[in-house]
Amino acid sequence: MSEHISEISTNKPVFEDNDPQDELITLNIGPTHPATHGVFQNVVQMDGERIVSGVSTIGYIHRAFEKIAEHRPFYQITPLTDRLNYCSAPINNMGWHMTVEKLLKIEIPKRVQYMRVIVMELARIADHIICNGILGVDTGAFSGFLYLMQEREFIYEIFEEICGARLTTNIGRIGGFERDFNEIAFAKIEEFLERFPPVLTEFESLFNRNRIFIERTAGVAGVTPEQALEYSWSGPILRATGVDYDVRVQNPYCSYEEFEFDVPVGTNGDVYDRYLVRNAEMWESLKIIEQALVKIKGEPTGVFHAEVPEFYLPPKEQVYTNMEALIYHFKIVMGEIDTPKAEVYHAVEGANGELGFYLVHDGGRSPYRLHFRRPSFVNYQMFAPMSAGMLLSDAILNMSSLNVIAGELDA
Amino acid sequence: MELMPIKNPVYVDLWEQIQQQFPSVVSAQEDDYGMLTLYTSKEQIIAVLRFLKKDKHWQFIHLTDITAVHYPLELLPFTVVYHLQSLVLNLRIRLKVAIGGEPPEIPSATTLWPGANWMERETYDFFGIQFLGHPDLRRILNMDELEAFPMRKEYPLEDPNRVDKKDLYFGR
Repeated sequence: MSEHISEISTNKPVFEDNDPQDELITLNIGPTHPATHGVFQNVVQMDGERIVSGVSTIGYIHRAFEKIAEHRPFYQITPLTDRLNYCSAPINNMGWHMTVEKLLKIEIPKRVQYMRVIVMELARIADHIICNGILGVDTGAFSGFLYLMQEREFIYEIFEEICGARLTTNIGRIGGFERDFNEIAFAKIEEFLERFPPVLTEFESLFNRNRIFIERTAGVAGVTPEQALEYSWSGPILRATGVDYDVRVQNPYCSYEEFEFDVPVGTNGDVYDRYLVRNAEMWESLKIIEQALVKIKGEPTGVFHAEVPEFYLPPKEQVYTNMEALIYHFKIVMGEIDTPKAEVYHAVEGANGELGFYLVHDGGRSPYRLHFRRPSFVNYQMFAPMSAGMLLSDAILNMSSLNVIAGELDA
Repeated sequence: MELMPIKNPVYVDLWEQIQQQFPSVVSAQEDDYGMLTLYTSKEQIIAVLRFLKKDKHWQFIHLTDITAVHYPLELLPFTVVYHLQSLVLNLRIRLKVAIGGEPPEIPSATTLWPGANWMERETYDFFGIQFLGHPDLRRILNMDELEAFPMRKEYPLEDPNRVDKKDLYFGR
């Protein structure tokens, strides 16, 4: 595998197919193939139905976020993070806010932290819904996807209620939220907690013991914990191999240490285990949201951001009437606030694994360097090597259960 | 560089062991946010990484991230940054290697972690850092025809020769 790759030079075809007697055929999966669920390409060489070797080509939607981030103030980088893993944008937003707050050493009120936990866990459920729903579609079962998609739609309605946007949410601000959750938002979250469990139960009863589904997924693309760690895996696919590494437990952020939840792990690391782990995580997320709703009730109402006027934009009507607010508004927008010269690495448990933000700051208006540690990018590099010897249809399922999101792959 | 004393006792142990093993590792510093940074040289980096990974006690088996930072005014303008994590001890550390030259060169960590492959390709793609011994050092996110290394500080965010974005069209 690796010696084959080293022969490839730039601007040459990946595989030469000039020999008419050659038994192998070259197949392009992507860049816009329905099975890839995103814009990236795999050129595989096949012997009949079996993949002999493959090369992944990525970067089709590279948007230079790290370069753009070096020219933007902190609060303008949040919309860039939306577009990493766009299936669970709020986790990226919160991860970025927390990175900046860590750099600036801002204390966040407990109520805001619980609100963030709710938003992040809803996003995690939405992301796992996509992954497991599509996995069902890729095995040929469409109905499970439809049942779950309705619930994802409902989660997006909650986001819409909270921040006005659905997919690329740009939710929250540095220091908290831009506004409090309204009554409808809380009511919808509670409604979701009631309506989602029966749907998820139904979905599980459709798939978990389904003979066809198990035969298609169990034992496919099994990965040992050693292999997974050698390839720096994280997230549900690492936990499916049996390693109980979850950033929420290892390095708790946002008060996750106060919540009771389990870290589901698998044993074989195959597609079926990844499916089960993701389903179990949805149940755990529901538990966390329930607890967060109870905890919020014990906190003083109306608190939705930290008191950091140097970094949190004042309400617009105050800017016109209040001197202090005008000063801070000006200072924030013009980037006149002193910030520490420091480096931080902050990781959150994204839906696909450890989402890290490495921020090097020189005290200026924008980051000196910002690097996103993107789980999809790191997880996906094992795909081509592990596909060798696999059936094409199994490799498609493997790709589906890795849940590679092109936006996060390419940044 | 003036170094603050390391406060975390676990990091103190680690630093002492590293000093014994590698007397010439340059320095270590714990920052305000509780992360230990080891500064070493490109001659030593693979040996240090191997020690950290293989040591029975520390077990920094999870290579979280490899990236680089460009400081154009420094004598050694590129800093390659490694983030490692020990899942057993729940400990993270950062390693930094400053390198210079054109092209800047550093040995590849793919001999220790196959997962370093794409991280180093990305770093090469954006900074032009040559990872010696890398099996497949090609561009990964940018197009193959690109001649520059776009995350270097001298590379402009936008093409300065663009004619369609004159300020007067935007009322500036």
